[in-house]
Amino acid sequence: MSSYSITEPSKRQKWVAGVLVILYAVITIMPLIWIIATGFKSPADAISYPPKVMFEPTLEGYVNLFTTRTRVSPEALQALPPPATWYEGIVRNRDMVIAGPSRYGERFLNSVIIGFGSTFLSVFLGTLAAYAFSRFKVPLKDDLLFFILSTRMMPPIAVAIPIFLMFRTLGLSDTHLGMILLYTAVNISLAVWLLKGFIDEIPREYEEAALIDGYTRFQAFYKVVLPQAATGIASTAIFCLIFAWNEYAFAVLLTSGTAQTAPPFIPTIIGVGGQDWPAVAAGATIFLVPVMVFTILLRKHLLRGITFGAVRK
Amino acid sequence: MAEIIIKNLRKDFGSFNAVKSSSFTIRDGEFFMLLGPSGCGKTTTLRMIAGLELPTAGEIYIDGEEVSQKPANQRDIAFVFQMFALYPHMNVRRNLSYPLVSQGMPRAQVKAKVAEVAGILGITDILNRPVGGLSGGDRQRVALGRAIVRDPKAFMMDEPLGALDAEFREHMSEELRALHDRMGATTVYVTHDQLEAMQMGDKIVVMNHGVVEQFGTPQDIYDKPATMFVADFIGSPSMNFLRFQGTVEAGATAVSLNGQTLGIPEMREPRDGDLVFGVRPEHVRLSDGGGYRGTVQATEYLGTTQIVTLDTANGPLKARIGSDQIAKVGESVGLEFNPRTITLFDNQSGRALRSDLNEGVLNNG
Ligand SMILES: Nc1ncnc2c1ncn2[C@@H]1O[C@H](COP(=O)(O)OP(=O)(O)OP(=O)(O)O)[C@@H](O)[C@H]1O
Ligand SMILES: [Mg+2]
Repeated sequence: MSSYSITEPSKRQKWVAGVLVILYAVITIMPLIWIIATGFKSPADAISYPPKVMFEPTLEGYVNLFTTRTRVSPEALQALPPPATWYEGIVRNRDMVIAGPSRYGERFLNSVIIGFGSTFLSVFLGTLAAYAFSRFKVPLKDDLLFFILSTRMMPPIAVAIPIFLMFRTLGLSDTHLGMILLYTAVNISLAVWLLKGFIDEIPREYEEAALIDGYTRFQAFYKVVLPQAATGIASTAIFCLIFAWNEYAFAVLLTSGTAQTAPPFIPTIIGVGGQDWPAVAAGATIFLVPVMVFTILLRKHLLRGITFGAVRK
Repeated sequence: MAEIIIKNLRKDFGSFNAVKSSSFTIRDGEFFMLLGPSGCGKTTTLRMIAGLELPTAGEIYIDGEEVSQKPANQRDIAFVFQMFALYPHMNVRRNLSYPLVSQGMPRAQVKAKVAEVAGILGITDILNRPVGGLSGGDRQRVALGRAIVRDPKAFMMDEPLGALDAEFREHMSEELRALHDRMGATTVYVTHDQLEAMQMGDKIVVMNHGVVEQFGTPQDIYDKPATMFVADFIGSPSMNFLRFQGTVEAGATAVSLNGQTLGIPEMREPRDGDLVFGVRPEHVRLSDGGGYRGTVQATEYLGTTQIVTLDTANGPLKARIGSDQIAKVGESVGLEFNPRTITLFDNQSGRALRSDLNEGVLNNG
């Protein structure tokens, strides 16, 4: 007798599913591997055809990403003292000297400030609003909730021109504050809706127990509801961060200098001294790191978060 | 510890009236039962006393102080929720100490107090366990511990045994009552189980559709029901209602049903029209001498007693008699009713008519 179960898939089903998952993973991970690999190639290897799978890794792309360089004549190069650092050596091999740091560091920092700033603000305001919608009698609650959701129904870029004009009038163009507010405005509807779902699932009795135990409503919210909502807050934060971090169109339109984020900056690297694909790839690779780290740190919550509502404790 | 006085308490949810003008008094140290069918407003009443719900109208006095509009955290009342509502992200010890921490009690004192309460409830060995994996009984004990740890003025319990299985309920209800007797704390206990209410309570309030039907000791409520609802809700099987047309005068000591004269307690008020003759099953005797007759429809054996269902000219009737007596299905038997236990009701309003029996109860109820 072979044992047959309706909940446990058969061996063959498992095998097919496994192959499909691996195939999907390979397809999605390919561009990522390509980008990371290109970052370590020399410019010649990066554009060779057929593409090189095996190549000699070099940090030239990373050096070029973080520096600006000027070409000097071979005689002048000879006259210089020997290179003081390894990265100067790499640059001199190309008949160039380092003129100074590039702007990538600043742009990256802008991305960090704006991305995490707007994420914090979205989640902070979103949690308070979601709690209020979940627990209190709010006049016109359903209409308000629908209104909040409706701001998500069009692509945000559809209102680019009014926002552009508004930012110019208010002096918010190319400022960190402006970008933080903009990304918060876009993210907050998602944050309110996601978090309301999570908070709705937390039984009111916990807060009531805290009220009875002598805590104020705010203390009850802070000490009892927030820890319970941690999963929801973490996954909402990841969604908000991914949007703000990757956003390109508004960043191109509204920032050019002080507050420019990394996404609009990375393509401009191409122009500097020929098509420097390794530097572009290096910029993209480093750009991936923060979201990856953030997601890995919160992944325990995220897994539970994206299936929220599906399973009750 | 405290006396709680409820005056004309009312609660509306939008246009729905959940509690209608309730009034009753809970004396210091009483174990007080709020009894009624599902949806009658018991929980709402309890939550208003605790401050989790603000009344639409009316007053609540705790120890003489009017608190109806005060928030819960200023009333010094403990609440045991039906599903316990233990803080899931804390272990047992932190659950117990949480109410003390809010008062700013020093750590050493908190520790001593938690240890004492854990000792009383027998949960010392699970203090460091997370509440997630606890059994129903242990959760119940932790919930009780969290309530008693801070010596509140009064305890509110909303069907605290509802989540436990039958066997354990019995055990916990004894434990609860013992705990109450030991501490002497005013306790308001919500239940829809009339047996539980009778067993455990010093006083019972019976509610129906947001209205307080009667309030008094279990014996008074059982023996001297103020309304037909109470008579029907309390007791198993419930009180028999024999409906008849007739007239009673003040001072009458008998009524006539189906041509037979049946004794009743001396009446204090006159009434005529649609009346109801109420008699508890245990006050019905099967006897050949009885002029009032019924036909046996069914018998139900319960060990030492049996329930006999009869058909009479005034409707069905159940009698609780010794199981040694013989009642044959289909047989016509004479019935006798213990006259001192009879309650007459007005069928229209459902209210009991005042008599020698229930006068004292109806006047203060
Ligand atoms: N927040 C609320 N909003 C609207 N209606 C409510 C609310 N709370 C309770 N009610 C209604 O008020 C009535 C009384 O509710 P309550 O919870 O007090 O009943 P209960 O006697 O405790 O019943 P149960 O035995 O089922 O717990 C019910 O009909 C209920 O639907
Ligand atoms: Mg209830």
